[in-house]
Amino acid sequence: MKIPLSQMAHARSGDKGDISNVGVIALLPEYYPVLVREVTAERVKAHFGPLVKGTVTRYELPNLAALNFVMEQALDGGGTISLRTDAQGKTHGAALLTLEIEVSADELAID
Amino acid sequence: MIRIANGQGFWGDWLEAPVRLVNGGPLDYLTLDYLAEVTMSILQKQRKADPNLGYARDFPPLVARIARQIRDQGIRLIANAGGVNPIACAREVRRLAPGLRVAVVLGDDLMDHLDELMAGGHELRNIDTGEPLAGVRSAVQSANAYIGAFPLAEALRTGANIVITGRCADAALALAPMIHEFGWTPNDWNLLAAGVIAGHVIECGAQATGGNCHADWQSTPDFAHIGYPIIEADSGGTMAIAKHENTGGRVTLATVKEQLVYEIGDPRRYMTPDVIADFTSIQLQDDGPDRVRITGAEGRPRPDTLKVSLSYHYGWKATGTLVYSAPDALAKARVADDVVRQRLADLGLQFEKIHTEFFGVNACHGHLAPRVAEPAEVQLRIGVRDRQKAPVERFTRELIPLVLSGPPTATGYGEGRPPVREIVAYWPTLVRREMVRTRVEVAE
Repeated sequence: MKIPLSQMAHARSGDKGDISNVGVIALLPEYYPVLVREVTAERVKAHFGPLVKGTVTRYELPNLAALNFVMEQALDGGGTISLRTDAQGKTHGAALLTLEIEVSADELAID
Repeated sequence: MIRIANGQGFWGDWLEAPVRLVNGGPLDYLTLDYLAEVTMSILQKQRKADPNLGYARDFPPLVARIARQIRDQGIRLIANAGGVNPIACAREVRRLAPGLRVAVVLGDDLMDHLDELMAGGHELRNIDTGEPLAGVRSAVQSANAYIGAFPLAEALRTGANIVITGRCADAALALAPMIHEFGWTPNDWNLLAAGVIAGHVIECGAQATGGNCHADWQSTPDFAHIGYPIIEADSGGTMAIAKHENTGGRVTLATVKEQLVYEIGDPRRYMTPDVIADFTSIQLQDDGPDRVRITGAEGRPRPDTLKVSLSYHYGWKATGTLVYSAPDALAKARVADDVVRQRLADLGLQFEKIHTEFFGVNACHGHLAPRVAEPAEVQLRIGVRDRQKAPVERFTRELIPLVLSGPPTATGYGEGRPPVREIVAYWPTLVRREMVRTRVEVAE
């Protein structure tokens, strides 16, 4: 079944120049393998579409059951140059949590 | 075990937080982080206008408010409030809070050494774009190296109640007291990594204690009195993140994890001036109410280079808004956007960028925003930027006329014409560490 990522993860995002990074953290450690399988760099790049013009790189933190996405050219020039309301990518974490992922009932039911 | 708190995540953070920290429970060190990436350029301008300025002006009055606690409880203060003028900052602190010993760490400011560095073959290439600095050299407004924790620890050795620095690595503020108290050396990579990682957790203040935390945010207790984070550090590198009792917010695995992944790149190589920390090495443990333990940190030898943050004049920008009410709020705002763009084009004005958002519909999340069938109102938000000031100035005249000459129900223009703002951009680069020489001065 398809569910939004927000049912399995929470997130925080921030900036460094024109780079936005989104940390995605499994709500339960058992969800981490699902995140690794479903939330790939390619899918994150496609999800953000025109908001992120550059490369998306994924890093794994299995000890925290978390993934870190580093998204380049993601802030219209970054900090002071950007004309966006969210020039610092503060809301990119929430935006990524709307990504739809495919999971089985068993994977979701672990509790 | 020592307790190190952070009472300020940026210049402009909650003024009461440091006061509540020194009054709310036991504390050995209070750190305050004032410097965002572009703060230095603002401070450079202030110093140019007045040689007694160029530091975080909130800081001396704050010291005056907590001077008694610093004296009576022996709490030591470490702050990067010095900006581009740490000496003037120290002077003002001593004027407002006499009797406290103040040490200043100098040497991060490279503004006067740039030409010398470039003549010596340093191209100061932008880490992100690879371009050499030469192209924007004449527009540079500030240049500061991120110095590490060892010069700050040296300042603590002078017995100072207060250590004032300019630009330093954010996590260095918390690492310095550990080096000072526990005698850690530059080769204690795992210990330094433990301190850096704990420092990273507290450097953004209440973001470690429930602030800006997505995980089940509705149940976060008492944001109004949120407790700021405290590290309980031991000499063996075990760190606990905590907060004072009877404060709001919370310290949980979720709040600490969210802050751990905040503004990092490769988690195996978190670069600092003192050590390269591996965020994948640590284990977190729930250690009772509002307490999370961090163990197992591993680090690798520090890099041969220091990061330098330069700021330079880039151009100009302005952002203006108008509000349209229902019915058809979004349709009206779209027409108004077209009108403004047409009038700018008719004037022959060119911009590096024109950016439109429909606030309440798509401003933050763009195409990812949930569809709103009929918003009660929409704010049209148009921004422009350019290297030249004149077209940006002219743009600021083009929004308000729509109140009478565009689609109906335009309102919310009470602030008048939007201001034209200078864009000071950020240029991150590296220098070999031996090019940066720090020193400590005690102001007495």
